[in-house]
Amino acid sequence: MTTSDILEARKAHIHEKGAAPFNIACEKQSVAGSVSQRACVFCGSRVVLYPIADALHVIHGPIGCAAYTWDIRGAWSSGPQLHRMSFSTDLQEKDVIYGGEKKLYQALVELIEHYRPKAAFIYSTCIVGLIGDDVEAICRRISAETGVETIPVHSEGFKGSKKDGYSAACNALGQLVGTGDTTGISPLSINILGDFNIAGETWVIKDYYEKMGVEVVATITGDGRVDDIRRCHGAALNVVQCSGSMTQLATMMKEKYGIPIIRVSYFGIEDMSKALYDVAEYLNDKTVMQNTKNLVRDEVSKLIPQLRRYKQDLKGKRAAVYTGGAFKALSMIRSLRTLGMKTVIAGSQTGNKQDYARLQELSDEGTIILDDTNPLELAKFLEEKQADLLIGGVKERPIAYKLGLGFCDHNHERKIGLAGFEGMLNFAKEVHATVTSPVWKLAALRGRLHHSGDES
Amino acid sequence: MIAALPVSKHFTATRNACKLCTPLGACLAFSGIEGALPFLHGSQGCSTYIRRYMISHFREPMDIASSNFGEHTAIFGGGKNIRLGLANVIEGYNPTMIGIATTCLSETIGDDVKMFLHEFRKDHEGEALPHLVHVATPSYTGTHATGYHDAVRAIVDVLAEGGETQKGVVNLIPGMLSPADLRWLKQVVTDFGLAPILLPDYSDRLDGGTWSQYMKLPPGGTTIADAARMGQAEATLEFGFTGEVATSAGTLLETKFGVPCHRLGIPMGVAATDALLDKLVQISGRPVPDLYAGRRGRLVDSFIDAHKYVMGKRVVVFGEEDLVVGMTAMMAEVGLKPVLCSSGGRSKKLAESIRAVAPEIANGCEIHEGVDFEEIADHAKELAPDLLVGNSKGYKLARELNIPLIRVGFPIHDRIGGARILHVGYDGAQARFDSIANSLLEMRQQDSNVGFTYF
Repeated sequence: MTTSDILEARKAHIHEKGAAPFNIACEKQSVAGSVSQRACVFCGSRVVLYPIADALHVIHGPIGCAAYTWDIRGAWSSGPQLHRMSFSTDLQEKDVIYGGEKKLYQALVELIEHYRPKAAFIYSTCIVGLIGDDVEAICRRISAETGVETIPVHSEGFKGSKKDGYSAACNALGQLVGTGDTTGISPLSINILGDFNIAGETWVIKDYYEKMGVEVVATITGDGRVDDIRRCHGAALNVVQCSGSMTQLATMMKEKYGIPIIRVSYFGIEDMSKALYDVAEYLNDKTVMQNTKNLVRDEVSKLIPQLRRYKQDLKGKRAAVYTGGAFKALSMIRSLRTLGMKTVIAGSQTGNKQDYARLQELSDEGTIILDDTNPLELAKFLEEKQADLLIGGVKERPIAYKLGLGFCDHNHERKIGLAGFEGMLNFAKEVHATVTSPVWKLAALRGRLHHSGDES
Repeated sequence: MIAALPVSKHFTATRNACKLCTPLGACLAFSGIEGALPFLHGSQGCSTYIRRYMISHFREPMDIASSNFGEHTAIFGGGKNIRLGLANVIEGYNPTMIGIATTCLSETIGDDVKMFLHEFRKDHEGEALPHLVHVATPSYTGTHATGYHDAVRAIVDVLAEGGETQKGVVNLIPGMLSPADLRWLKQVVTDFGLAPILLPDYSDRLDGGTWSQYMKLPPGGTTIADAARMGQAEATLEFGFTGEVATSAGTLLETKFGVPCHRLGIPMGVAATDALLDKLVQISGRPVPDLYAGRRGRLVDSFIDAHKYVMGKRVVVFGEEDLVVGMTAMMAEVGLKPVLCSSGGRSKKLAESIRAVAPEIANGCEIHEGVDFEEIADHAKELAPDLLVGNSKGYKLARELNIPLIRVGFPIHDRIGGARILHVGYDGAQARFDSIANSLLEMRQQDSNVGFTYF
């Protein structure tokens, strides 16, 4: 066999703008044997529900799934910290043979008694369905006996992709929505959907809305609380970021409660400002609109001069962006343009056709668009396109570093807020720190590729 | 008087596990073979989670392929996926070896991986295929330490070949140690004029330098040729305390090829390092090189200099069982007082191993197998420790108790240099002792109202 950087089955998932008509393959099961950067159904559910801080999150299965997701994300809570605990039924061989129902029941009784959560989410992992555990029945029984709503999350790892995990999480959330009292909610009110309070980002966004005079009923799920979610159907508008994970819930609420949806992004000056204006426009209130104008003007005029010195150094540098969903990649490209940078590679794990179409529209000629890529492809294109920066998650980081180029973590593990106007400044600092670091001059590859005499 | 609260209420659930799953250990072992690629037979998430976990510790590329189970695969079996996956991995990476570890999913549906591999070989008859090493690692048995040992044995089982004994060749089967440890061990055997074959050797691959071009598989590792020669070595040195001797790689080399296996504790601390050097004297017929006598002298001298700062300080140790035993031995030597030794593993040998290496502290020390971090915390709060020793997942407890955490083992996710932590030999003991003594001094300084600048 001969080796190749791009497997035959992967070719349809890669598009170079301008080289061929746009028709990228996406939303497919990863190719067996390719080292996909994706995770699984369980991961999709876990990332969406994890930030609900006063709920008990119990992972039903062998230990791995719980161990690898223990307190890794930077989803902060302003109050309870229960979500940061990792609870697992830690199934053993005998449980696999005889079934894990008894163990799950016993585990839940004890945990609920001890931690007194507002609700409990029970995540099924790969083998739960196979060994025939009736998790739904256990959840019903526990809910009845303890009075704590216990919700099954159908997140068996192999049952689709990470996106199917988002869907399972939305179904679970759907059980809570509509069960609380909506008295006293202002007509000028919204829910924030699809922000996960990474490094406190939900707080930043919520603060903007409140300054505009808008009531935030529930933050789903960043710094989330069960009781807020129960009454979130009283809000006038659902404002959805990370649409891949949250559109299903928003659509359900639209159908059931008639709550309209707008889609936003909080990354970068343009998208952040647009999000606030869109909300103000929808709510159609003069004071809110005036407040919004003032806020955006103040923030932007404060921010622009601060960005100038970073832009000076970054102008003309080339970036690659690899995100979870493709919608976020759009904001990244715009943010990079704000810093004078050019995006040469853009891709995502789980983007859909529509997102990719917008991504390629926004991109410059020659930009490589990637769906569900892997280290070999990424490395190949990073070298070919001579990128100076890779934006991605921890799994992509060593690829950048071994290639001798900068890296900015834009995933859920990060501890630096990148959303909002202040987040844009952090983003500029992060990108600047890595791209202009003197360490690259010492590294072999970078020295060969980029800095052969062009450094002053 | 208030009645004492029960130390620990029993929980059926595991709360903040002090262990990881078996496939992770197998992936670590497989990455110690030159040009090898680990391959998980199961869902995509397993490989992605394990990659992220290991990348966060080693800060190096860590590719793990997956057979990417879908719903159909779970119903109809993973035969088709594994064959396609292997073919794609060979096309993409051209590895020397593919280390195939199963997961809870493929084990539960009863996939016959052995048969799948047989079929794959038949399909590709006449082609030069990489070595295919398979290990069963259902995550509902054992821990990552079990997966590691079973994978090492599986590698030996497939790769080692018999033949005439090669004088001076010594197999080193070290257990789950850091890249820095592996480097130290290779060096010490070499310094006795012997030729070590270290298995697995991820010292370069998971703690490597910068590259002049992107490498699909990072350089370094036990070569396939060396792994084959293990069956011809003069002796095997196998380290460990709590592993299953009957199923160890060293035992396999002994029964299959007659290579004598010398089983030693992991050389952490003076006594255990002395034992290793004595063994090397015996095998090589050479005296201990002067270099090591010098290091030992400086180490013991430093113990004397600082003994009063550490004497009687109460320590909680946690992590993989072998690491816990090794660190406990090292600490007992200098008068530190381990009061709780704990692990998520269940070898049933933790207590006896600790009694063997540190009899002086064993009676006054709580020893718990199969515990999680919340149970460790419950016990620790009763024991008023001065110090925690273990991986970075102990930070939550260290913060709560306001005591230092000495980071050892795996994972280290909140500091850089996890791969460079040296635990073994006189140098490892020196580095760990210095960090323990200095952390205790720093605590005294911090806790003092005076803020003195002189000890």
